[in-house]
Amino acid sequence: MSAARLEVRGLTKRFGGLVAVRDIGFSIQPGEILGLIGPNGSGKSTVMKLIMGIERPNAGSVRLNGAEIAGWPTHRIARAGIGIVFQHSRPLHRQTVLEHIKLALLPDSLLRLAADPAVEGKARAIASRVGLETVLGRHPGTLAFADLRRLELAKAIAREPSVVLVDEPFAGLTPSEVASFSELIRGFRAEGKAVLLVDHNVKSVAALVDRALAMYLGERIAEGTAETVMRDEQVRRVYLGGSIEAAARVSTGTDAASPLLAVEGVSVLYGKAQALDNVSITVREREFVSVVGLNGAGKTTLFNAVSGLVPYRGTIRFAERTLAGTSAAAIARAGIVQCPETRELFGEMSVAENLELGGAHLTNAARTEQLAWLLDLFPILAERARQNAATLSGGEQQMLAIARALMMRPRLLILDEPTLGLAPVILEQLSKALARLHTTTEITVLLGEQNVTFALPHADRIYVLEHARIIWEGPPARFAAEAGAQYL
Amino acid sequence: MALPRFRLLQVSVLIVVIAALLPLWLSAYILGVLTTAYYFGVFAMSWDLLFGFAGEVNFGPTFLIGLGAYTAALIDNLLGWPIPFCVAAAALAALVGGLLLALPALRLRGPYFGLVTLVAVLLLQNVIVIFAHFTGGEIGMTVPDVLSVDAGTNYWIALAVLTISAVLLFGYSRSPLGLILQAAGQDPVEASSLGFNVAKHKLAAFSVSAVFSGVAGAMLIFYLGSASVDVVVDLAIAVQIIIAAVLGGRRTILGGVIGGVFLIAAGQVLLPLGQLSTFVVSAIALLVILFFPDGLLGHALRRSEQE
Repeated sequence: MSAARLEVRGLTKRFGGLVAVRDIGFSIQPGEILGLIGPNGSGKSTVMKLIMGIERPNAGSVRLNGAEIAGWPTHRIARAGIGIVFQHSRPLHRQTVLEHIKLALLPDSLLRLAADPAVEGKARAIASRVGLETVLGRHPGTLAFADLRRLELAKAIAREPSVVLVDEPFAGLTPSEVASFSELIRGFRAEGKAVLLVDHNVKSVAALVDRALAMYLGERIAEGTAETVMRDEQVRRVYLGGSIEAAARVSTGTDAASPLLAVEGVSVLYGKAQALDNVSITVREREFVSVVGLNGAGKTTLFNAVSGLVPYRGTIRFAERTLAGTSAAAIARAGIVQCPETRELFGEMSVAENLELGGAHLTNAARTEQLAWLLDLFPILAERARQNAATLSGGEQQMLAIARALMMRPRLLILDEPTLGLAPVILEQLSKALARLHTTTEITVLLGEQNVTFALPHADRIYVLEHARIIWEGPPARFAAEAGAQYL
Repeated sequence: MALPRFRLLQVSVLIVVIAALLPLWLSAYILGVLTTAYYFGVFAMSWDLLFGFAGEVNFGPTFLIGLGAYTAALIDNLLGWPIPFCVAAAALAALVGGLLLALPALRLRGPYFGLVTLVAVLLLQNVIVIFAHFTGGEIGMTVPDVLSVDAGTNYWIALAVLTISAVLLFGYSRSPLGLILQAAGQDPVEASSLGFNVAKHKLAAFSVSAVFSGVAGAMLIFYLGSASVDVVVDLAIAVQIIIAAVLGGRRTILGGVIGGVFLIAAGQVLLPLGQLSTFVVSAIALLVILFFPDGLLGHALRRSEQE
């Protein structure tokens, strides 16, 4: 093989007893895009951090143009020619977009008190390249999500790195934004940069990468073209697991039963933006109801209105009582428990402590009983009992969040996007847990999902929410025929 | 953009000119209050460089100030050096103190560093009390040299120290170095991924903050004619400095001057209230922080940004 731009050999990283990355190796040529893929917790992000020097490897080598850089501090690695595009950024609030790009162009010197005049022109050129030229004077707080990602991209390429690492390039972007980001990344390849894309989804980067490497539990499981990797037996098993099947409900709520939750003509305004427009839904006792809709459709707003977290017009009744004027805490005590999209775990507390807090109002006996039942439902939590919640993988955190909500013994459990950012193998476990709740308990569930394949098997009824309005309601069996095409 | 730079410059020059002319009208008593307030403003500005820009919460600004003040007082007493040399030694001692403080700051996260800074103040206070033979302990020590016996002269010196400090610290904060420092304070991982040596920039900020704190601390005791724990070391003073900086506005540098003058002046105006005066000043500070979390100057800047 001719001189690789970036060559990684035998990279290993241990966190305590956990081996996050074991003996990973690959090389990227100039003008090549490598996709590093794997489900959450597979160690792919750790590999990226090891290359950038954010974490120090326990063993292995990282060579940039033949020079060993493993173990160097991050700023030296950056200056040697590696740039990174972070998934989440924390921009400075008082600085404009242009000033952010200028920052990335400054020399790391304590003696240069005034910026080089050429910096301004360079910053503007970079801004137009990534499509930020119209928002140069704005502050990050006012930018759309895609523009914040563009800003990250602009900063990463400002120093003209010869290797670019991109974390989850397309997360949260619309199809047209994905197309323009893909174009930018192809531009890096055309310039002869070596590019590493880290993603949990093969499909999303398949069209872009020259080669892909799949990881699972810290180890390499497949490498080759995107097609080869997608066809690989082990990859399919890791990603697809068993198929998700609809669980038969022993008994569902009947039309005769009075609704447990009745939302009637609810509207919510955020400033001038209409987040919910005259929405009405009902959830009967023991029923599983799914509200499906794309990001921004208003699902979270609807749930927050029910939980008393946002002011609304219209009426919401729970068990025949109107909730207007009831505080969020009182609503939770009355039996509506929301498991938010952001999970809101106590990261510095152990799994056991998080669960205990959830059951703080129960008697000791009841708490022990509830805990035993939950650990049976989510066995992985028993293994992780003494670990801090923040150190769990995404899927485990989601299970903990659901378990903590269940510790409160809710009458109505609201699950907001439980599948967000989770790998298919985790979805399967979640799906089984929901199926068990569905078939063996009395609980009523209101599920908000963007992932229809996940939502359908767990619903007695479906509502489709689009642009703040309910546009369809019906049983899952009729969804594909009547609403499926519209939804996608 | 916020207040156009040049308008800010005009306003600042105007304020300095007016401040310089105040001795023509004001009584020696009021000038004395303002003199102390100006040194206080320097303390608050130095603190804001660490808190607002480097992102380091130093609960013990008086560690650096006290080091400078007591170094100057001891040298003046024991060696009898002229004042400028004592002040230079104070700057050096504070610089060493600042670097010592920076070491834990670069290793510890969040509240732990804050605790270290608190302990640093208590340690300094204890050392001063233990070596009472040299330092005068809890009573304090007088210094043989004073800047001047004339209130106007003392006032002008303080104003000069304040103005020079403000120009240098504000310039630093608005320069490319200030921008890098702010990035390093906000997200050190991202800043180092852009090629910036975060440790180097934070050490620089600690050094600069320490030197200004030490110099202002030394100047204050040469104005007062004495150094005492109650005035330059006590944690109550540290808290006042922090309140002054936050009151004026985080990440503004100049806000510290407004906050410092406000706190000292309000304390004097309300003196007839006796013990109540501290309470009233604290209550006002609390209200400002609750309703204008950006501080007085920060609030004004934000308003002009939104226009």
